[in-house]
Amino acid sequence: MDLSQIDPILLITSIMVVSTPLLFAAIGEMVVEKAGVLNLGVEGMMIVGAIAGFAIAVESGSVIIGFVGAAVGGAILSLVFGILTQVFLANQVPAGLALTLFGLGLSALIGQPYAGIRPPQSTTLDVPLLSDLPVLGPILFQHDAMVYLSLFLVTATWWVLKHTKTGLIIKAVGENHEAAHALGYKVVKIRLLAIMFGGACAGLGGAYLSLIRVPQWTEGMTAGAGWIALAIVVFASWRPERVLLGAYLFGGIGALQLRLQAAGANIPVEYLSMSPYIVTIVVLVLISARKSNAGTAAPASLGKMFHATN
Amino acid sequence: MLTLEKRAQPSRAWSLMTPILAVVLTMIAGGIMFALLGKAPLEAIRTIFWDPIFGEFSFYYRPQILIKAGPLILIAIGLSLGFRAGIWNIGAEGQYIMGAIFGAGVGLAFYPADLWFIFPLMVLAGALGGILWAMIPALLKTKFGTNEILVSLMLVYVAEHILSAVSFGALRNPDGHGFPGSRNFQQYEAASNPEIIAGSGMHWGVITAFIAVIGAYILLNRHILGYQIRLTGQAPRAARFAGVRPNLLITFCLGASGALAGLAGLFEVAGPAGQISIDFNSGYGFTAIIVAFLGRLHPFGILLAGLLMALTYVGGDIAQSNLGLPAAAIQAFQGMLLFFLLGMDMLTNFRVRLKQAEAV
Amino acid sequence: MSDTAPNLLTVNALTKAYPGVVANSEVSFTIAEGEVHALLGENGAGKSTLVKMIYGLVRPDSGSMTLRGQPYEPSEPRAARASGVAMVFQHFSLFDALNVAENIALGMENPPPQRQLAGRIREVSETYGLPLDPESMVGNLSAGERQRVEIIRCLLQDPKLLIMDEPTSVLTPQEVDILFETLKKLSAEGTAILYISHKLEEIRTLCDSATILRLGKVVNTCNPREQTARDMAEMMVGETLHVPTREARDLGEVIVKVSNLSVSSENAFGTSLKDINFEVRAGEVLGIGGVAGNGQDELLSALSGETRAKAGAVHVKGKPVGDLGPNERRSLAILAAPEERLGHAAAPDMSLIENALLTGAIRENLTHRGFLKWDAVKAFADRVIESFDVRTPGARNAARSLSGGNLQKFVVGREVLQRPDVLVVNQPTWGVDASAAAAIRQSLLDLTSKGAAVIVISQDLDELMEISDRFAALNEGRLSDPRPAQGLTVDEIGLMMGGAHGMEVAHVDA
Repeated sequence: MDLSQIDPILLITSIMVVSTPLLFAAIGEMVVEKAGVLNLGVEGMMIVGAIAGFAIAVESGSVIIGFVGAAVGGAILSLVFGILTQVFLANQVPAGLALTLFGLGLSALIGQPYAGIRPPQSTTLDVPLLSDLPVLGPILFQHDAMVYLSLFLVTATWWVLKHTKTGLIIKAVGENHEAAHALGYKVVKIRLLAIMFGGACAGLGGAYLSLIRVPQWTEGMTAGAGWIALAIVVFASWRPERVLLGAYLFGGIGALQLRLQAAGANIPVEYLSMSPYIVTIVVLVLISARKSNAGTAAPASLGKMFHATN
Repeated sequence: MLTLEKRAQPSRAWSLMTPILAVVLTMIAGGIMFALLGKAPLEAIRTIFWDPIFGEFSFYYRPQILIKAGPLILIAIGLSLGFRAGIWNIGAEGQYIMGAIFGAGVGLAFYPADLWFIFPLMVLAGALGGILWAMIPALLKTKFGTNEILVSLMLVYVAEHILSAVSFGALRNPDGHGFPGSRNFQQYEAASNPEIIAGSGMHWGVITAFIAVIGAYILLNRHILGYQIRLTGQAPRAARFAGVRPNLLITFCLGASGALAGLAGLFEVAGPAGQISIDFNSGYGFTAIIVAFLGRLHPFGILLAGLLMALTYVGGDIAQSNLGLPAAAIQAFQGMLLFFLLGMDMLTNFRVRLKQAEAV
Repeated sequence: MSDTAPNLLTVNALTKAYPGVVANSEVSFTIAEGEVHALLGENGAGKSTLVKMIYGLVRPDSGSMTLRGQPYEPSEPRAARASGVAMVFQHFSLFDALNVAENIALGMENPPPQRQLAGRIREVSETYGLPLDPESMVGNLSAGERQRVEIIRCLLQDPKLLIMDEPTSVLTPQEVDILFETLKKLSAEGTAILYISHKLEEIRTLCDSATILRLGKVVNTCNPREQTARDMAEMMVGETLHVPTREARDLGEVIVKVSNLSVSSENAFGTSLKDINFEVRAGEVLGIGGVAGNGQDELLSALSGETRAKAGAVHVKGKPVGDLGPNERRSLAILAAPEERLGHAAAPDMSLIENALLTGAIRENLTHRGFLKWDAVKAFADRVIESFDVRTPGARNAARSLSGGNLQKFVVGREVLQRPDVLVVNQPTWGVDASAAAAIRQSLLDLTSKGAAVIVISQDLDELMEISDRFAALNEGRLSDPRPAQGLTVDEIGLMMGGAHGMEVAHVDA
């Protein structure tokens, strides 16, 4: 193995690219969970976003329209979950699983004609002068717009949750839905909106995979990214800035193992490929081991059913 | 305006009705989906639900139903125990793979010996493989409180990579001209799981599934452990008050579901599948989740649900070859079934009332 | 308040029916500006439904309201608040993981920026003698402090009508006195108060008039200062009350001995038990009072075996049992009935038969090698239902289909019939109507005459004074030294419960 083949600058830029889908999905799911809803369907919404974005981009010839379509597609699918859990009061765990199973099937169905096609080219943002800076240039100023959008979303989410009444209401609903209801907040409506935001974010993350990162459509291409996004939310203790850290950490492991494979590391490919999943488990264990001492940071109403009795 | 009103107690009638209603609604929605795909909806529905049992070539398809239903039922029975207790093992697919690898590994270790105990030993190894894989989330949950949903799911991906590693490596058929995949058990009698009654599809896995259904029924309805499982799922605090030890229960439920999934994997690899290969697993572990819920987590319900789901698999195959219906359509169809079921579930616990516009 | 004060709120023939029960039937009354008006009634009399309609949480089926002569039809709490109606809830309206200022902002229409809000909170809390730090996390506050958050949240809106739902159930007697000063000051400033309670002495002290509800109907309106507590109680209950009787008895040997019991709470916002010591003798009732959230749940869990301590921390009949689980203690005749009926003492969706099995498996011998003897279980459930007059169509009905009082009779009866040597109950009559409450208390007293040691944890001081031989109070996880209940004054009890917890009297001159 020749480690010198791994260029640190290239590695960092590729980490940002590999992490972006995770970041989109995780920040969306974090908002959903802040509102007290556990949606295990992230994987399903991501893959539907991946194919919706891909198909719409191919048909319209525009990557931007593709991303918009992916966000809408993810939101629509999440609304199915939202209606099931918030209106029909279904248990959130199986409903989320159903979303994932259905999304995988639906995406494969829609995606059949699109296998092997190349999507329209996306442009990277090239800030003159700045992008020519050594080291910092490629890392900070030579990405596609979606990378910046994902970073902006994290910042915006942080700001909304910390400094606005909207954020306060989302947290209140997730913390104690009975109390929020008693104060006159529309718990179901707020949760549905949060769920749709999460769906749109997951859709964007999926489309980033199929339109920019790979870029191609293959069945089941999310390969567990949605589940890793769920793990990132736990890792982040429901805090936006830590979601960023978590997404880049998990993405970093993914990028690193890909580089190692490319560099011809002396480890069988299968063991490198399984490493992100094993690392996820290890991180989850570390987090939960630490938390069992200090109590959990999870929203208190997370995953609980709300039915206004009057 | 429609309003929901909680019933004083769950309705038994609706609890039996909802799965049937969900199936009907799925047929309607599925028909619409097939129409959108440009297929004749009624013909598609008939091909999926009728032809495998009563069609021209049903002599070929009927056994297929049992072959597919066996692993689904076996896995779903195990999962239902945990689901009832609020323990979410969604990594049965991984436990299924590990059961197959362990069982096949033991069988292949004896190749080409012809000893009576090889197959029973493989069965034990299969169960053990599933248990070991399920003990990882169990141990992490009981020791550290780690979420079992994510851990068991992550382990599916790990198991898939192990499967691919052994297909290329440790278990590769030395006489296979370098192709990935193990020796075929159908050509190694002492280690194979053959059809017991010719033309029925019945093999040891199916029989084990039937036994598991009866065993689970007795456990849940006649034994204190089954009572504790139900109690833990419905009222965890009351369960602790009743003296249930949560960690023991988690270990039992995950262990049992791992064992059954591992067995399903072993029977599959030694029987219908025949060999360990990269694409040996076909999603039974995930479909079994739908089966468990469709059967309302009740053993006999799961038996029926498993047969129905197997029917959609077999019917889907026919529709694929006869009508050109994509394989993925069946997967989407199954997902839809779970949606409708969960949505309808509300009717067992709530009464829907038409409320007149309020005069204020 | 003068008699000529103009009417603030008029409630006219409000009716609200739920399936199977008419919660309010043609309820009418008026509140004048600055009046302190009591709404008196038993559990289930329809008080909550009525105030929820006034606060816009529930819409009436028929009837009307006017506020200052204008039609008043709040469609949601926001509209009620905009009209000057504010409410302090008994339960369910604070967010543990948010701080005081955030909690208050959530109850306001247009909250100012956090920093400004913090200043106003300090200002108002000073004026009304309700000290609070806007930055502190609500989950870490005591019950009394949490109530202050609710009150300040209301006061910041300048309400014309303040609704208070059972406000004193979470306070020590000293804190109650201080709260009343605050309310009197508000009333003097012209704010009307609708005060919901079933505690008669409080109403006689505080209120200018009272509307008494029974089974959803107004049965009487009176000036509480001119009535005796007994008369009002009978109007409220509609019958002559049965006061539990106890036979004179000699106390036997020490049955339970708790020494240096310390247990840390598993819940982030729970209370840890610190160094608890007491003894209970055969035939004795030890009453344990205290404001909610001071370690009551934790103490019950430590005594029932749900949480384990050092073996020597709890001795029963000389045997160390502190490290035993619930079933091991049951086999030693140590039984318990927790506070929360649905979800802790009983499984809501399970039948009464299955709920009988929940604690009865061991002492009633309901299993054989782990297999269930359903016939025996059913017989035991029927026996509980019959002996304790549990009103239900049958044992196959789900626990949640029973009324609170009937389920509580089932839960207590299930333990009493198992012949305990030690019985620990938490809030045995919480949310239970008067006749069921009397029956439950009587059954506890009957147990002591058979030589059992009974520990009653309760927040209802009247109840404890009625049935306890000795009394102790929990305060922040510590237990005061038990003292004979007879002759204890309200002041002494209040001090045992922790006094005023740093509250101060409102600055009446402000």
